[in-house]
Amino acid sequence: MHERPDALELITAVREFLSEHAMNELEGRTRFHARVAVNALGIVERELTLRGPACEREAARLRDLLGTEGELDEQVAELSKRIRSGELADDDEALLEHLWSTALDKLAIDQPGYAAYQRALEQREKR
Amino acid sequence: MPGRDGSMMRTVSATTQSLEERLERAVRRRRPDVESVRWLERLPAGATQETSVFEVVDQGNPRRSILRRRPDGMPDGDGLSRTTLETEAELLRVVGNSGVPVPRVEFILDASDAMGAGYAMEWIEGETIPRRILRDESYAAARPRLPRQLGEALARIHAVEIDPLPALPRATPAQLVEGQRQALAQHERPQPVLELAVRWLAHRIPPAQPLRLVHGDFRNGNLIVGPEGLRSVLDWELAHLGDPLEDFGWVCANVWRFGVVDQRVGGFGPLEELIEGYVSAGGQAVDASAVLWWEVLASLKWATICLGMYALYTSGLDPSIERATIGRRLSENEIDLLNLIAPLS
Repeated sequence: MHERPDALELITAVREFLSEHAMNELEGRTRFHARVAVNALGIVERELTLRGPACEREAARLRDLLGTEGELDEQVAELSKRIRSGELADDDEALLEHLWSTALDKLAIDQPGYAAYQRALEQREKR
Repeated sequence: MPGRDGSMMRTVSATTQSLEERLERAVRRRRPDVESVRWLERLPAGATQETSVFEVVDQGNPRRSILRRRPDGMPDGDGLSRTTLETEAELLRVVGNSGVPVPRVEFILDASDAMGAGYAMEWIEGETIPRRILRDESYAAARPRLPRQLGEALARIHAVEIDPLPALPRATPAQLVEGQRQALAQHERPQPVLELAVRWLAHRIPPAQPLRLVHGDFRNGNLIVGPEGLRSVLDWELAHLGDPLEDFGWVCANVWRFGVVDQRVGGFGPLEELIEGYVSAGGQAVDASAVLWWEVLASLKWATICLGMYALYTSGLDPSIERATIGRRLSENEIDLLNLIAPLS
C-alpha cells in the first residue's frame, strides 16, 4: 500500500491545524489540553521515523549484554530481572552504557528539547 | 449560634444550600459583624480537595481568604497517605508558630457548617508558577535569595517539636525504598532504569536518623514568592515524620528545576547556599554528598508517580490527555536518574 498522504503527513497536518488554528479559538483548560495534544502528536511524528532504528540498536545491544535471543519485550524483561536480582551489578559499565543509549534514543522521540537531554548529548560527543 | 433544638434540621437544610450560601453562613457564625462575604472562584489545584478564594468585607476593608475543603460526597483522606484537612490546618498553626512562613489559619470547619472537612486561611499575594518565578524579570532579585531562604524555612520545619503534633505517617529511608520497590512492582512493563535505581538505593541506605517533621512536597511550585523572595510554603498534605534530608533531595530533584538544570535547588541556586541558610537558622550541618541518595530517591519517586498517573488513564479513571501523555515523561526520569547514578562527566 502506498497511500498518500501517509500517516506521518496526516499527523503533521492535524498537529499544525491544532497549533495554528484550533488552539487560538480555545481558552483555559481546553487550550492547555490542546497544547498537550500538539505535543503528543509531535511525539508520534518523531516515533514514526525514529523508533524502528532505535529498537534495532536496542535489540543488538541487549543480545550482546545478555547473551540471549528473543523479542525486544522479553529481552527488556530479562534485563530488568537481572538488575533486580543483582546478576547485573549497578556499576556494570556495559549495563550503564546500554541504559544511557536507550534513554537518549527515547528522549529523541519523547522530548528532544529536555535540557538534561541536550546536555547529555553534548557530553557524550566530547567523549 | 445554632440553638440546641432543631440544629439537626438546620444542618440538613444547609447541605441543600449552595457552597456560596454555606460559606457565608460559616463566616458569619464566627464574625457576625462583617459586611459581606463573597465567594470568588475555585482555583485549578488538586482534584481531591477544593481550593477556593473568597472575600470578606469588614469595616469597609475587603480581605481575601482561601477555603480548602473536601468536595461534597468525597471522604477525607484519599488513601494516598495524605493528611486529613484537619491535620493540615493544625500543622499550619504549629509550623507558623515555629517561624515557618505559612498562611495563617482563620477557622476550621465543623459539623454545624455542613461543609465537610476543611479550613479557611489568609490569602497571600505572590507567584506560585515555577516558570514565572524562574524567568520573569519581577523575580530577578528574589531568585538568588531563595536557596538560603528555603534553607532557613527547612531548618524551622525540621526543628518543630514532634510530640505535640497530630498523628502523622512515619518513613525511614529503608521503608521509603521498599515503598518505591512495591510501587514499581505494581506495573507490568519492565523498567530497567527504575529497577537500577531501586537496587542502587537499597545498597546504600543511609543510617536512620531521629525522626523529624518533614514537609514531604517541598519544591518550586509549592512556594509563594514575591519580588523580595519567599513569602509562604504551601501544600502540607504530604507532611510526615522522617529524615530531614528527604526535603533536601526533593527540592533538588531535576524535575523541579524546570529546565534550569545547573541550579540544583529548584533552578534557583546551588545546594551549598541551601545548606548555609539551613545552618544559619539553627539546622544541623548537612554533608552535601549525602543529598545525592535523597535526590535519586526523589527522581525515582517522581517516576513512579508518573507511572501511577498514566495508570489512571489506562484504567479509565481519568481519561484526560494530560494523564495519557505523562507516561512519556518517564524517559526524562531515566536521564535524571542516570545523571545521578552514572554521570557522564
